[in-house]
Amino acid sequence: MVVSVSGDMAEVSVGGALFSAGLQMVENVSVGDYVLLHAGFAIEKLKEEDALETLRLLKEIDDTMAE
Amino acid sequence: MKYVDEFRDRKLIMHLADQIRRSATGDYTFMEVCGGHTAAIHRFGIPSLLPPGIRLISGPGCPVCVTAAAYIDQLISLSFQKGVTVATFGDLMRVPGSAGSLSEARAEGADIRVVLSAYEALGIALSDKNLKVVFPAIGFETTAPGTAVTVLKADGEGADNFFVLNAHKVMPPAMEEIIKGGSKIDGFICPGHVSVITGSSAFEFIPRKYGLASVITGFEPTDILSAILMLIRQVNNHDPGVEIQYNRAVTRTGNTKAQKYMNEVFESCDAAWRGLGIITSGGLKLREKYKSFNAGVSFDIEVAHNEPDTMCICGDILRGISTPSECTLFASVCTPDHPSGACMVSAEGACNTYFKYHLHE
Repeated sequence: MVVSVSGDMAEVSVGGALFSAGLQMVENVSVGDYVLLHAGFAIEKLKEEDALETLRLLKEIDDTMAE
Repeated sequence: MKYVDEFRDRKLIMHLADQIRRSATGDYTFMEVCGGHTAAIHRFGIPSLLPPGIRLISGPGCPVCVTAAAYIDQLISLSFQKGVTVATFGDLMRVPGSAGSLSEARAEGADIRVVLSAYEALGIALSDKNLKVVFPAIGFETTAPGTAVTVLKADGEGADNFFVLNAHKVMPPAMEEIIKGGSKIDGFICPGHVSVITGSSAFEFIPRKYGLASVITGFEPTDILSAILMLIRQVNNHDPGVEIQYNRAVTRTGNTKAQKYMNEVFESCDAAWRGLGIITSGGLKLREKYKSFNAGVSFDIEVAHNEPDTMCICGDILRGISTPSECTLFASVCTPDHPSGACMVSAEGACNTYFKYHLHE
């Protein structure tokens, strides 16, 4: 999760450890966003609605199985 | 942790495993080509949840593992040149070249420092103009844009003491090479973070040209099990395609901004992959415009020719032909503390993973 942004650099918390990350490849990143961090750069912003959609589909399997 | 815990739900995992058991009607072999997937599959014990007919094999997805021994030899040679500092990712330190590793070179007095990013390596160069800083640029499409951004920054800052010894590689040609090489597989678990950059479209030739199932997935147990279920269904229905299970991070077109940086700085080239040999269009090289940053051009690099250890079967393991336990060196001569081959060094390497999780099976 992004904890602070300064220009094209951010501080990102990974399970509590802080890493510095370049933001050159992503757009409109702000504090509180979830990003994928790879070798010192944020390579993508995680899309909440898609994460929830995947979980919803998984849950559907779960419900089908329970029936 | 958000977006992590939800994907590790035990009940969901067991239900997915059950679905897989019900759907699997024969034998299936799926190859993962991402070191992160190799590590996750074994860390979460995924094989133990699968019926015996489903075999998961590791392909050439660990960046360190596919780095040619000659490249390590070049870095070692560079590190002993006067005024040169090699600023490298930590996982390259212990990779054996044909005669020794960077770690051993450092013990002998070479100035080799571990960095977390290309940017950090550039930072060292900018803070001390007396140093000539060489950054070993390894990795796939996931890492190459970061190197590109850094080269552009170095160019903008006029950093004439920053160099890149480039060995970036691109994944789709290596996957094609594996298919053509006759490795018997029914489908690919396509790389997760490479796909973030390239988009799923980079893998569409696999079902189209070779009729193999393909799914791009994330790194949590429900992600991986979902992907295996999707692959089984593609195979059963004779309907191969590239499905994106990891849609919270991957799109069909990928990260176009990152692609733009990569294309600005690099162009396609043939590349030497450890274990696979020279792969046509399997790598990236710096464009002419940025050749002043190319350590291969700016330094005389002398490397003695050494015969590689012929006992190590890293090559066959990277092709999915052999498993680590079939290697006579595995867990006897070759261990994570004393690796003979690159696959035992990296936490994403197949041998290292097998050593950690399957040694007593």
